[in-house]
Amino acid sequence: MLDGEPCNILENEFVKPGKGQAFSRVKIRKLISGKVIEKTFKSGDSVEGADVIDTELAYLYADGEFWHFMNNETFEQIAADEKAVGENVKWLVENDTCTITLWNGAPIVVQPANFVELEITETDPGLKGDTAGTGGKPATLSSGAVIRVPLFVQTGEVVKVDTRSGEYVSRAQK
Amino acid sequence: MRTENWRPSASIEVLKQRALIMQKIRQFFAVRDVFEVDTPALSPATVTDEHLHSFSTQFIHPFAPQACTLYLQTSPEFAMKRLLSAGSGAIYQICKSFRNEETGRFHNPEFTMLEWYRPGFDHLQLMSEIDELMQTVLGCETAKRVTYQDIFKQHLGCDPLTATLTDIKALAKQYGYGNLADTENNKDTLLMLLFSQHVEPNIGQNLPCFVMDFPASQAALAKISPTNPLVAERFELYFHGIELANGFHELTDGAEQLRRFEEDNAKRTSNGLDTMPIDENFIAALNFGLPDCAGVALGIDRLVMLALSCSSIEQVIAFENSRA
Repeated sequence: MLDGEPCNILENEFVKPGKGQAFSRVKIRKLISGKVIEKTFKSGDSVEGADVIDTELAYLYADGEFWHFMNNETFEQIAADEKAVGENVKWLVENDTCTITLWNGAPIVVQPANFVELEITETDPGLKGDTAGTGGKPATLSSGAVIRVPLFVQTGEVVKVDTRSGEYVSRAQK
Repeated sequence: MRTENWRPSASIEVLKQRALIMQKIRQFFAVRDVFEVDTPALSPATVTDEHLHSFSTQFIHPFAPQACTLYLQTSPEFAMKRLLSAGSGAIYQICKSFRNEETGRFHNPEFTMLEWYRPGFDHLQLMSEIDELMQTVLGCETAKRVTYQDIFKQHLGCDPLTATLTDIKALAKQYGYGNLADTENNKDTLLMLLFSQHVEPNIGQNLPCFVMDFPASQAALAKISPTNPLVAERFELYFHGIELANGFHELTDGAEQLRRFEEDNAKRTSNGLDTMPIDENFIAALNFGLPDCAGVALGIDRLVMLALSCSSIEQVIAFENSRA
């Protein structure tokens, strides 16, 4: 919690002179306003922990304004707005489980699974016989995300992607 | 668990280059008649500095009724000075040093330290020898020399020696550290913050840069200057924003050294930290007589980073801590 807002630590750099006090230079995203700020703390300083809970929910559908998720055990549904979904919108796959962070019961962050499988909707046909991956080519996925894939991967194939780096991992297991 | 964690964090090519640098360093000392020593990594006593955290472990003697605590040394300083008192003459050591609560782009909890001592040298003469080593290993030009006071004034517009705590608090606030300045009542803590964030990144960009005459309140194991009681005969070496070495015209007064250790332990107590056992053998060696000398500790991993243009310590050590 900082200035009354729950925050997410994006980067934390350890600063310490050989003889002297250690500091942490922290880059923080305020989860409500979305602002990114830098702050320096003395090592060992503490701040109030945000009273947030993470829940595992299945993604259902988007209605243009909200993205809807459901708890598969209680069938309770929750709607997240654009601010909570953010850039992760491009990794949402129907029925996939996402981690939703709730603060005072309202979703503030939507985190997709580390790996998702998506169909390629458009990519240039690659050269036949290329298996070594010589840099790859761009491919558009069914969710709208654009990633680099090896030349041998074709339109219509389903691929596995690491959502943290946005990188191609492999062809999906059939 | 990542399955790739068995792999080294440094490339084999970097490790080969590192081995060549180590050879150069040993050759540098061999031709100067400084001999290599090897002192214990484990001791029942350790450093008292409140900003250094020693690892500890239990030694079980086969005939003793109970185990005793031993500390992994944060530098080989105390044992090397005992050798100097025993008449060793000029010595150097390349060894692992251990510091808990330290990890980051420039820190690994165990790291390789080069430490050497020159009886009969003062800190200025030792700085010249370090300069020669830098030129040998890095192929750089002669280092610049500035005083802590001048360089602080130049970049922050304030005299760090004469400023009051209130002045430094106001300065820290002006640079956006309001959250720290409001509650911090130790002037040195705020000086360290301002120096590391607003002076260090701006010095030693083209040439290595020695910063000399640190505030007397940050003397550590250095002599206080005989001409200016506000400063200590302590220096640090910076290059490309990296703090590379720390050296002293060594304090030889056993009573004064003991007083500083006890002061450290008092600070530890007031900050809620455990006190550390004072190295009585080291104090006894000082009382016996440490020859007038200068000494320096230099981070080998950081030196290799500079030599090979690596941006992170993990790129120059075989297995950084999370892969150890």
